[in-house]
Amino acid sequence: MATQAGRLTQAHRQRGLFAQQEAVIAAAILVMTFVVSLANPDFFSATNLLDIAVNTAYIAVAAAGMTMVIVSGNIDISVGSMLGVCATIAGELARNGTPIPIAFLAAVAAGGLIGAINGALVAYARIPAIVVTLGMLSILRGGLILVTQGRWIESLPEEFFFSQRSTLGVPNPIWVMIAVTILVGLFMKYHRFGRAIYAVGGNAEAARLAGIDPRRVYMFVFVMNGLLVGLAAVLYASRFTAIQSNAGQGFELAVISGAVVGGVSILGGTGTVIGALLGSLLISLIGTASIFLKVSPFWLQAVQGGLILLTVLVDVVRRRRRA
Amino acid sequence: MTETTIAAPERSRRANLLRTQEGVLFVVLVAIIIGLSLLSDRFLTVNNLLNQTRLFTETALLALPMTLIIISGGIDLSVGSMLAWSAVMLGFSWQLVGLPLPLAVLICLLTGLLGGVINGLLIAYVRVPPLIATLATLAIYRGFSFGISQARSARGFPEEFAFWGQGQVGPFPTQFVILVVLIVIAHLVLSRTGFGRWVYAIGNNEVAARYSGIPVERVKFTLYAASGLMAGLAAFIFTSRVTTTRADAATGLELDVIAAVVLGGTSIFGGSGSIIGTVLGLLIITLLRNGLLLTGVKGDATFMVIGLVLILAVLINNLVRRR
Repeated sequence: MATQAGRLTQAHRQRGLFAQQEAVIAAAILVMTFVVSLANPDFFSATNLLDIAVNTAYIAVAAAGMTMVIVSGNIDISVGSMLGVCATIAGELARNGTPIPIAFLAAVAAGGLIGAINGALVAYARIPAIVVTLGMLSILRGGLILVTQGRWIESLPEEFFFSQRSTLGVPNPIWVMIAVTILVGLFMKYHRFGRAIYAVGGNAEAARLAGIDPRRVYMFVFVMNGLLVGLAAVLYASRFTAIQSNAGQGFELAVISGAVVGGVSILGGTGTVIGALLGSLLISLIGTASIFLKVSPFWLQAVQGGLILLTVLVDVVRRRRRA
Repeated sequence: MTETTIAAPERSRRANLLRTQEGVLFVVLVAIIIGLSLLSDRFLTVNNLLNQTRLFTETALLALPMTLIIISGGIDLSVGSMLAWSAVMLGFSWQLVGLPLPLAVLICLLTGLLGGVINGLLIAYVRVPPLIATLATLAIYRGFSFGISQARSARGFPEEFAFWGQGQVGPFPTQFVILVVLIVIAHLVLSRTGFGRWVYAIGNNEVAARYSGIPVERVKFTLYAASGLMAGLAAFIFTSRVTTTRADAATGLELDVIAAVVLGGTSIFGGSGSIIGTVLGLLIITLLRNGLLLTGVKGDATFMVIGLVLILAVLINNLVRRR
């Protein structure tokens, strides 16, 4: 906790250009929206901007969970497979006549269960998170294909499409994204257990000596991450008319990139949910902007990768100046 | 003299640990071979086994430098993308630019090397954490593959080009011979040279390694550059084998490679591991996948078993060592 406080005061002292990653990313989002809108006024339409937000929603919801995992000093690369499994569970149940809310809850619960297995293996069996979730990635992906035999889930009932509907004129996924960001953000900032995640991620041994059990923290962050991925899967599954059997492939990269671009340090101990949201938003924004700027879509991944590298370099330079 | 007396107990203790780890893997491998040959009479045939070496050579080539990288406490997630980028450059410079094929192959190798050099510079000298540096370059190199090829594949390579990926040297597939030579070299470098000891030292305690005069930056840089060069070589053999270059080649291959290395007993935290272990890990994964396919399990479902084996192997290893 002491180092955390130390870091905060130092961050406050240095009100330079790169003082706060969240501010930098927010500024980048605004500047980019402005510039692209000048080049192509169609970009600055309510439909398009809402569309970008809806595209980001399921990534940002999972990125909130990933933030907790990474801040605690771990990583979860199984979220893509997890998303596929949870989306398939929701879809299968809904198609077989299960009431929609129960189908959605089952997807979230399945995510929580998978997260609990990941968490138990990390916390109590002491297997490094990257190995556990790498194994889980294969298990879930293989299991999903074994069960679905590669078939898509189609002809879902009308009420299933939660993400296509709006409440008070704003699409549902955006409400969910905002609610999750606020709740998880407040939890991490003010709740005792939320602060414990930072403490464990900053220095697990020091946290243990201060009376925090790192194992409980690890268990908690993986379960929470699983629940949030389940929720993201609901947003994802209920958006399009079919659920593909390879749903979620590469999703882990989008989620981790969003968090890292938003200033969540891969070394653990620092980062915020709002940063992860902004990071995810910036990555989606670049995707849509490049379409409006008529950039060949084939270069898109290189641009997004360059962005990740750039933000990391800024972070490295900033740390060095502070050190 | 004094050096050997001090080093001997340390070395023999490590050798014992490794021997058990590798011994366990060997027993598992034999059990798998016996089990699968009972399940399918097509499994334990010289033809099938030699054919398998064609399929796993690319993964194996990448696993060699990956073993050293993970022992040094790092990781390289970009190997699949480097392979694709190199392959695309091969096809591009031969078919679209019209360069002679040997020159195109040279460009392919140099592209891989360039990718590795960039990783090495970022990690060793700019000090970006390996996980995040190679996550960014994973996206960037994959983006280069799509951007340069515009997602078009190159094909129609001349007959003699097939030698490297489909031809034979005596009774053995060409790439198998290349692989065996490189396995021997990697094994000797890691276990018999000063450079190999530096790799272990850095993985065990980087600060201590630096204070004892080991050129940490240069060693790390060399490892990542070697990984890139190997990706270039793998791309060449891959292209010769499948006779086409595609931007989406080897997607997700990094996970296979890392799984094999970790299954082979290399600690993801660095400091311990061996090439022999990695080779055993590779054999287990390949034979398991092939054997399951022969017994009628659907392609992608075999991933499930591999994930389970990975987690169980580390779990058992942990339990044994704790005792």
